[in-house]
Amino acid sequence: MIEAFFFYAFSAVLLASGVMVISAKNPVHSVLFLILAFFNAAGLFVMLGAEFIAMIMVIVYVGAVAVLFLFVVMMLDINFAQMREGMLKHAPVGGLVGLVLIVEFAWMYLNWHSAKDADLHAFAPIPDTVSNTHALGYLLYTEYVYLFQISGLILLVSMIGAITLTLRTRAGVRRQNIASQIARDPKAVLKIEKIQSGTGVS
Amino acid sequence: MPTVIGIHNFLIVSGILFTLGVFGIFLNRRNVIIILMSIELILLSVSINLVAFSVHLHDLTGQVFSMFILTVAAAEAAIGLAILVVFFRNKSSIAVEDISALKG
Repeated sequence: MIEAFFFYAFSAVLLASGVMVISAKNPVHSVLFLILAFFNAAGLFVMLGAEFIAMIMVIVYVGAVAVLFLFVVMMLDINFAQMREGMLKHAPVGGLVGLVLIVEFAWMYLNWHSAKDADLHAFAPIPDTVSNTHALGYLLYTEYVYLFQISGLILLVSMIGAITLTLRTRAGVRRQNIASQIARDPKAVLKIEKIQSGTGVS
Repeated sequence: MPTVIGIHNFLIVSGILFTLGVFGIFLNRRNVIIILMSIELILLSVSINLVAFSVHLHDLTGQVFSMFILTVAAAEAAIGLAILVVFFRNKSSIAVEDISALKG
């Protein structure tokens, strides 16, 4: 009973915030509703017994991706009201595509059934003795260690890509060049003069 | 399934979320930021689908792949937003119809 309540609460807020993400007037509100959607999806994951994915979801999506979106939305100076013009022009096409998708999904879910002994052929059965995080770690660092390394490589490449894309050297900015500072020869730039008393320095 | 809620419920939620994401792309055809957010919604729904099936089939593989989806989603968001920032610097606009430099 309590599970059903939480499931419907999480799903209702998830779907409502999904609607708000795509229909909010202000993109900042869109990002905030996206964060709400991620939190509720994490709740659904906890209900499913996938705690590690739920926590990773909150950390990565809310902590990194959504904040990145928030930065970009706030940094760019764009007239968003002007961008919404003609929004309803595309709504019928989108509605048609969405309707087709929904009908396909409904048709699939109504006719779908699990194979009789499908859970006997599990590649990595969920162990009952250790926690979800423990079991995921065992699987990730043994069977999927190459995929794990490759995903790390993907993140590295995307990081380098993002940095090289957005890095720019602006003209007229004076930066400290330590090498040239150290290479300066005191003899070439300093001069000691004897000043006779009573005369000035010309 | 450890919960009394069957897998069908999770699948329906994820299906509706996927459709919302696709609809969002059509609805906000001019705003690239909202399109990127819609893609995040789509990836979230796919993650829910994978985890639901993983628990239903009692197989951890789905959760591992959901983590890989998370990785790719983070990389995609970072690159996409970096391209967006560079584009805004050059054109002072992020409208989709202004992105036509490759049209020739």
